[in-house]
Amino acid sequence: MYDFASYTEAADIHEAVGLLCANPNARIIAGGTDVLIKLRSRDEAFVGRDFVGVTRIPGMTDIRLCDDGTIVIGAAASFAKIEGDAVIAQHLPSLAQAAGSVGGPQIRNMGTVGGNLANGATSADTASMLLACDATLVIAGAQGDTEVPLAGFHQGPGRVKLEHGQILKEIRVAKAGYEGYKGGYIKFAVRRAMDIATLGCAVMIKMDGDRIEDLRIAFGVAGPVPLRAASAEAYAKGQTLCDEVLEQIGRKCLEDTNARDSWRAAKAFRQQLISVLPGRAVRKALGGDGDA
Amino acid sequence: MRKLINIEVNGKAREVAVDVRASLLEVLRGELELTGSKKGCGVGECGACTVLMDGVAVNSCISLAVWADGRKVTTIEGVSPEPGKLSDVQQSFVDSGAVQCGFCTPGLVMAATALLGEQPSPSREEIRRGLSGNLCRCTGYSTIIDAVENVAKTRGQA
Ligand SMILES: Cc1cc2nc3c(=O)[nH]c(=O)nc-3n(C[C@H](O)[C@H](O)[C@H](O)COP(=O)(O)OP(=O)(O)OC[C@H]3O[C@@H](n4cnc5c(N)ncnc54)[C@H](O)[C@@H]3O)c2cc1C
Ligand code: FES
Ligand code: FES
Repeated sequence: MYDFASYTEAADIHEAVGLLCANPNARIIAGGTDVLIKLRSRDEAFVGRDFVGVTRIPGMTDIRLCDDGTIVIGAAASFAKIEGDAVIAQHLPSLAQAAGSVGGPQIRNMGTVGGNLANGATSADTASMLLACDATLVIAGAQGDTEVPLAGFHQGPGRVKLEHGQILKEIRVAKAGYEGYKGGYIKFAVRRAMDIATLGCAVMIKMDGDRIEDLRIAFGVAGPVPLRAASAEAYAKGQTLCDEVLEQIGRKCLEDTNARDSWRAAKAFRQQLISVLPGRAVRKALGGDGDA
Repeated sequence: MRKLINIEVNGKAREVAVDVRASLLEVLRGELELTGSKKGCGVGECGACTVLMDGVAVNSCISLAVWADGRKVTTIEGVSPEPGKLSDVQQSFVDSGAVQCGFCTPGLVMAATALLGEQPSPSREEIRRGLSGNLCRCTGYSTIIDAVENVAKTRGQA
């Protein structure tokens, strides 16, 4: 038995927002793969709460391609759904890679991408990949829907920019976020499954012949929140792709990040990963053998 | 707080008044007296509690019982074609020596059943990945992978 007070599902997202707004003790639960684990260890944030389930809200798990090329992912879409989806496979295969790197099959069937973001962990595998795609978030609230960039959503470990009564409804990747780009995600972990990333590195790269036209690099576990490597990205633009340039990109990434010691890995080891994984992720994105 | 839920468990429609705070595992093992699904860790790490919800493998220890409302749940008790018989996956586990203490076996059979439903002829690497949510402390896994590989081969010949 879990120690919460009540569980309710709403017929649609407006009703769910209403339930949350009417009750300061209410909390959102999606796949429960973070919430229920935290409840087992009696996390204050969830003990005794009134849960509002969001996975059965119509449309919350849908993935679709809009006429303007925007990819829209319902926040309650599971990792398995993302991994198997035709739109994602065609336009954003690196997100399928990132989703496929989570946990094991059972966790991928239950855990949702919205939960992965809203949980606020720096290690969240889809967070860094979506950050590299310049994703935006549609947030439903009492005043209607608002769209905000994913960049800036994470405020600190376990903290995101969501107010009580707001529900993450959709994740959007505009055409400019993926068209012409190739993406790659490398999850460096001690085990090949059922492990949290020691470091996650996501890249989206656009080539013009052998010149890098644009490169976006995002990391998980290279700081308290998922983050982009701004100075490495700025340096990469216009460079001719070669090993020296990839090494220099790696060095710049160290300036952009803030790795720390943890029980999973020492700071020096993380810094080594920060300097080599972007190059490997770029090779992987471009179809080479970049796997960690 | 109790809620009346309708579930089809192993092909039989059931109406159960569940405590909303109960996990699916607790309701299966408690109210429904289906004790084949095991509780290993209770936190999604070991897979001993794996059941199929609408054909998809989930950890019943971290699924709320209310989430099964309106769904089909298959447990280890529901995989055999008739009482006293084993499913081909179960038989293959026996034949391949993939069972030692047996605590992980129900979960692994469910995960393997789901995997073979999605990928009828998986490679050994794909089998490893498909079973990566299940821990076994006894066998060392290679006989388990053999067992699943053998089912795929036998089904392919049929
Ligand atoms: C065994 C195991 C292995 C795991 N492995 C990985 C891994 O490899 N990589 C990884 O990244 N994660 C991993 N996780 C963590 C977890 O599975 C993911 O973070 C998952 O995405 C959480 O999604 P959920 O739907 O289960 O979220 P929940 O647990 O339901 O919710 C998580 C948080 O997000 C909030 N929330 C959920 N949905 C919304 C929404 N739509 N709007 C607003 N707030 C919302 C909840 O209130 C809660 O605070 C693992 C977990 C377990 C138990
Ligand atoms: S008991 Fe459910 S995963 Fe271990
Ligand atoms: S046979 Fe004992 S845990 Fe697998």
